[in-house]
Amino acid sequence: MLNIDQHSRNIYFAIPPLKMNPISVEHISKKFAGVNALDDISFRVDKGELFGFIGPDGAGKTTLFRILTTLIIPDTGKALINGLDVVKDYKKIRQDIGYMPGRFSLYSDLSVEENLNFYATVFGTSIAENYELIKDIYIQIEPFKKRKAGKLSGGMKQKLALSCALIHKPSVLILDEPTTGVDAVSRLEFWEMLKRLKHIGITIIVSTPYMDEASLCDRVALIQDGKIMTMRSPAEIIKTYPWKLFSVKSDDIFRLLNDLRQISQAYTVFAFGQSAHVSFKEDQENEESLFEYLKTKGHSGLKISQATATIEDCFMELMMKS
Amino acid sequence: MKRFWGFVVKEFYHIFRDYRTLLILFGMPAVQMLLFGYVITNEIKDAQIAILDLSKDEVTRRISEKVLSSGYFILEKNLTSFDEVDQVFREGNVKLALIFEPEFAKNLDKAGKAKVQIIGDASDPNTANILVNYLQGILSNYLISLNAEKIPMQITPEVRMLYNAEMKGVYMFVPGLMAMLLMLISALMTSLSITREKELGTMELLLVSPLKPLQIIIGKVSPYVFLAFVDACIIIILGNTVFGVPIVGSVVLLLFESLLYICMALSLGILISTITSSQQIAMMVSLVALMLPTILLSGFIFPVENMPWILQWLCHIMPPKYFITIIKSIMLKGNGFEYIAFETAVLVGFTLLFILLSVKKFKVRLA
Amino acid sequence: MYNPDAENVIVVSDLVKKFGSFVANDHLSFEVKKGEIFGFLGANGAGKTTTIRILCGLSYPTSGKLKVGGFDIYKEREKIKKNIGYMSQKFSLYDDLTVYENIRFYAGIYGLRKKVIEERASDLMKKLDMKDARDKLIHDIPLGWKQKLAFSVAIIHNPKIVFLDEPTGGVDPVTRRQFWDMIFEASRNGITVFVTTHYMDEAEYCDRVSIMVDGKISALDTPENLKNNYGAGSMNDVFLKLARAKVN
Repeated sequence: MLNIDQHSRNIYFAIPPLKMNPISVEHISKKFAGVNALDDISFRVDKGELFGFIGPDGAGKTTLFRILTTLIIPDTGKALINGLDVVKDYKKIRQDIGYMPGRFSLYSDLSVEENLNFYATVFGTSIAENYELIKDIYIQIEPFKKRKAGKLSGGMKQKLALSCALIHKPSVLILDEPTTGVDAVSRLEFWEMLKRLKHIGITIIVSTPYMDEASLCDRVALIQDGKIMTMRSPAEIIKTYPWKLFSVKSDDIFRLLNDLRQISQAYTVFAFGQSAHVSFKEDQENEESLFEYLKTKGHSGLKISQATATIEDCFMELMMKS
Repeated sequence: MKRFWGFVVKEFYHIFRDYRTLLILFGMPAVQMLLFGYVITNEIKDAQIAILDLSKDEVTRRISEKVLSSGYFILEKNLTSFDEVDQVFREGNVKLALIFEPEFAKNLDKAGKAKVQIIGDASDPNTANILVNYLQGILSNYLISLNAEKIPMQITPEVRMLYNAEMKGVYMFVPGLMAMLLMLISALMTSLSITREKELGTMELLLVSPLKPLQIIIGKVSPYVFLAFVDACIIIILGNTVFGVPIVGSVVLLLFESLLYICMALSLGILISTITSSQQIAMMVSLVALMLPTILLSGFIFPVENMPWILQWLCHIMPPKYFITIIKSIMLKGNGFEYIAFETAVLVGFTLLFILLSVKKFKVRLA
Repeated sequence: MYNPDAENVIVVSDLVKKFGSFVANDHLSFEVKKGEIFGFLGANGAGKTTTIRILCGLSYPTSGKLKVGGFDIYKEREKIKKNIGYMSQKFSLYDDLTVYENIRFYAGIYGLRKKVIEERASDLMKKLDMKDARDKLIHDIPLGWKQKLAFSVAIIHNPKIVFLDEPTGGVDPVTRRQFWDMIFEASRNGITVFVTTHYMDEAEYCDRVSIMVDGKISALDTPENLKNNYGAGSMNDVFLKLARAKVN
């Protein structure tokens, strides 16, 4: 069966082509005031994938997500959502995506219920119609449904915003830093909810500055200064960490860091909680020689072990490289 | 003391680096000085006058010449009969009418007295008063020039003030107030409405929804149409009951025109909000750029005809000016639609223009 | 470094702060020792910001005794303000002033003389490697630089205590650690650091940590002791256990 679309005069098959990705980005660049917010970004997300964009403020996450949600036009490159172009077919795309912007964008002076009702109506549906989909999330804030949205706690606001983004059963969910500023418990709960949604087949793309959340995604892209430094599953990223890494603990972390930095062969020395992570390019380095060296420097309570890199180690390594 | 000074220096930096503050500090006073200076004047010149000369003799011609060469008056029309007087005032192109009784010169010569009738448009009582005084002054000057001969002579003017016999200032203020208040309420409210969404960030989600720009705009305007209309009714009722401003013409027509004006002001508010991104700016633009011209340049208080031609031209693109004409026409003169068809068309035109521009300027994207 | 015998720079006794009927701070009592890096943790809405504002003299307690830097919070508020530094994530430096202008302004506010200001500004910019950015507007420099500069400016007058309210939000991991290097150094130089943060690994850099839940202090100890007491492998887990205990 052929459908002839009047606007673009393309011919679509009624059954979507097998290999069509829900999100497909090719060579997107965007400048703001002479600065490269995004520099030649390309990637694809598969159906039902939970894809994470990890990077600090200013890395370009929000800019990228605004392009995907058709709110900004890229300078160069192409982005497709379910095969539709973000620039030309923005009206159709807006019917089918769910979006949670970086800051709370719901109406503070409307109640939980009123907000949800509003977005349901705008998308031509009702709370009842898709209640099953948002039930797990909404049930946690339902006792507060008459409360004004502005008076909710951070965690509850996130749950409400997610419910509003899902109310029209989108096939693609775009979440911009949904866990920033939210307490640790709510953060965990939020990611549990995302995992459940993924299992229903909703494609989810999330951005976050928290490196530890990377491990909760199927694949992640580490982004810094508008460029993607690497893009693969968290396990693979960790596997590709190139150097030998040690975790060192002593009673005086400040002195420890300084003393480790004195070691000429040490490539990087970074604090990681109560230990220091020190990396060596050479393979010969081992715990014993480190121990000896630090003992002579007068450190007590030493604990040294070889460590597996964390996502954060990998991120910093990639940052140093560029 | 030094830390205080350090603070003051910092404040100067902020001021000089923000062009908006500079605009307010220096631009605004300059503009206001010029505006106020040129607009506020109690002298009137070139007021349109109609003359009905039922005598057509040498004396009346001489008096008419003096009147027309005084600089205060310009001849708009020479009337031929009494019936034309009412019409010419309804049309609103004449501020004053001078009527000479038949056989004027003969009466002056033989009986030493002659009568004239002076009819003023008192829907603007101040102007009417001033013009009547000018005219009476010209008449008595003429008499004085004649009385070089010793015979006492009199020209008795019978003065009639149309539409506002008691010369109540409130007849002039209420229509002007209506124009100003409705403009302010409507434009201010809608201009804040969209910018508030932009500021709070809720616009971001609205844009990503299937709502079309026209739906968003009309959706935002609708509640205010109703509310502002209620306001208009309140103002009219108060004006009528408390201040005694009459509604000589059709109430229905008055309400319809008020509704039209409200729609125009609401659309203007929407247009303002599509071009500003902060509520503060929207409020300032609404208050300063709308209220000031409405008061000064709409003929509300100061007659348009007295202003330098450049400001007069500006007045012609002020929607409130047309609305004030319409209200006075209906309330005070009791005119029907034919007399205000032009002004109505202008308001409709402005409304459509603002809506069109708003839809065009409404950003479907963030940047 | 936490030294139990050091003098107290902050003493809080039975602090209560109410907003209407809502109790933001519910009978808080704790001390902070000189030279300590004291972490103040808790969920949003737990009452952290309220406490910091009271300690900085920005807000009055409903009841309770407080001494900051040895000065009484009720009677010697102005003396407190002269002896503390403050930096928050939301705002620290003026976007439309240059790097040098910001330094000069804040140093001037704290009463430093012109010559001293010039010296310290020069040292500061050299240390941060920002000599070339001296005349750049804050608006135009990267976020990481802003944070580091803001911290340096907050301690330019060598205060007794510096209050940091979520100072490293949204900053890249390398810059974050550079920032903490600066905090360590300040602590070594005798400045007491009172810091709140959302990053649980940063909680581990602190000498002692207090965790607020619903306006009360649920735990206060060194990170090591907290992890042992709660049988947790990291501060994140300690926090989760405390938060879940509250829910139950």
